Amino acid sequence: MSAGTTKIAVTVTDIVPLNDLVTRFRFERTDGGLLPTFSGGAHTVVEMKDGGKTRLNPYSLMSDPSDQTAYTISVRRDDAGRGGSLFMHRNVTVGDEMVISYPVNLFALDLRAHKHLMIAGGIGITPFMAQIKQLVATDGRFELHYACRNQALGTYADDLTAAHTTKVHVYFDDDKQAIDLENLLDGQPLGTHLYVCGPKGMINWVRKTAEDLGWPDEAVHYEEFLAPQSGKPFKVRLAKSNLEFEVGEHQSLLEAIEAAGVDAPYLCRGGACGQCETDVIEADGEILHRDHWLEDDEKRSGRKIMPCVSRLEGRIIVLDR
Amino acid sequence: MSTFEFPPSIISRPVYGTLAPRRGKHHLMIADAEGAEALLELAGKDAALMPRAHIIYVSGDVENPFVEKLRNIAPLHLYVGPSYNAAVPRLRRMLQDAHMGLQVYLAGTEGLMGQAMLEATSAGIPHTAIQTEHRGSVARRMQCVHCKGITENVITDPFTCSHCGLHLFVRDHYSRRIAAYQGVCVDAEDPGNVPPAVRLYS
Repeated sequence: MSAGTTKIAVTVTDIVPLNDLVTRFRFERTDGGLLPTFSGGAHTVVEMKDGGKTRLNPYSLMSDPSDQTAYTISVRRDDAGRGGSLFMHRNVTVGDEMVISYPVNLFALDLRAHKHLMIAGGIGITPFMAQIKQLVATDGRFELHYACRNQALGTYADDLTAAHTTKVHVYFDDDKQAIDLENLLDGQPLGTHLYVCGPKGMINWVRKTAEDLGWPDEAVHYEEFLAPQSGKPFKVRLAKSNLEFEVGEHQSLLEAIEAAGVDAPYLCRGGACGQCETDVIEADGEILHRDHWLEDDEKRSGRKIMPCVSRLEGRIIVLDR
Repeated sequence: MSTFEFPPSIISRPVYGTLAPRRGKHHLMIADAEGAEALLELAGKDAALMPRAHIIYVSGDVENPFVEKLRNIAPLHLYVGPSYNAAVPRLRRMLQDAHMGLQVYLAGTEGLMGQAMLEATSAGIPHTAIQTEHRGSVARRMQCVHCKGITENVITDPFTCSHCGLHLFVRDHYSRRIAAYQGVCVDAEDPGNVPPAVRLYS
């Protein structure tokens, strides 16, 4: 079994539709025991048995990190995605038994910070739900700026505003409200750490603005789970396992390796954690790097690939696996 | 030039670099003695920093020729003081009022840089985001691991603790929390058998 991917058998005990796009799921241990505690920002990988296919999607845990009786996640339906969120919305019912991974945190609070400044876009609010509960319990200083499309799609915006009136600021795109980012970042006291979770454009905008204003990298944290993108099928040969098989159009390279029975390492399945980094021995075609783990020169070298999100456009790739 | 290349050592030992201009609206530069040379070179790399720069300079000597040169690079503020301790209240107040994006540049002796870094990290700046450049004396600020007293400007190994009088061996083991190297009793097992003191890096 891969590191950090110990599994937990759980039962779905509650499903709450929050708005047109987002539904919340509650998991309790099937054996009635307690779940591990986690830290705010952690995610779990949910296994979905979709016909003959196993889907593994990461979701941020949004419940109170100290509550060991249940975990909750909020899933945004992506009609154009590969089907994981649709499966959760359409096929999962209360009482279902599922398997989730132990929590893994790639978006932890830096507890040396004197203040935590959080910027969320859309469903990127979920890790902050758990972080805020953690900070409230530990008297941490925080401020949340949350941009969403409108009131109806502002998942948890009302709850957060009611609970933390002076610390939560909500912006509705439809009303042309926008975060005044430069002013916001410029006025932060020394020791502030910045956290951003949301769409790629927002993450890039926040990181770039912070960099231009002289914020140190060490104080800027971001999380973006990339979903593997579909692409043309290609062949893969695993040199160590001595296996050769095809990666399907809607399958990721990692999923194909797993389907072939090889236990390859992974943690986030979203191009962020670096766990699945694999050496490329040979590639007949162009590697489409989609992760934000490898350095640019590593990507150019063609000697490394992150099979969770990246794929080959070409005939065959030979991996040292 | 007053540069010295420290030989490679254990990972605990701080490693110094060369000051380079960084983006930001405010720049805090702290130096002592020949550390001024590093600030002059920094201003030479990007003069546009200086209208946004606050320099705290520990001159040590009223006749110090660097003071005039620092004035000539026209920083927004230039404070010249006789000792690091004299500058601490000003430094603390500045850090208290500062915002994220402040760039900190330290230059000069290890004792000055270490203590100023401790103030900056206590204020919340990650230590890896603070630039340093060593200039001048290789003397060290040492903590006696036995009595915990600090002896400044240690230039020989071993040396005598200025608090408890033990003969201490100069280690490269450094504490960022205390801003000092660790000195350990050199004759604990054979009292009185103290090797002759040798000047550091001679």
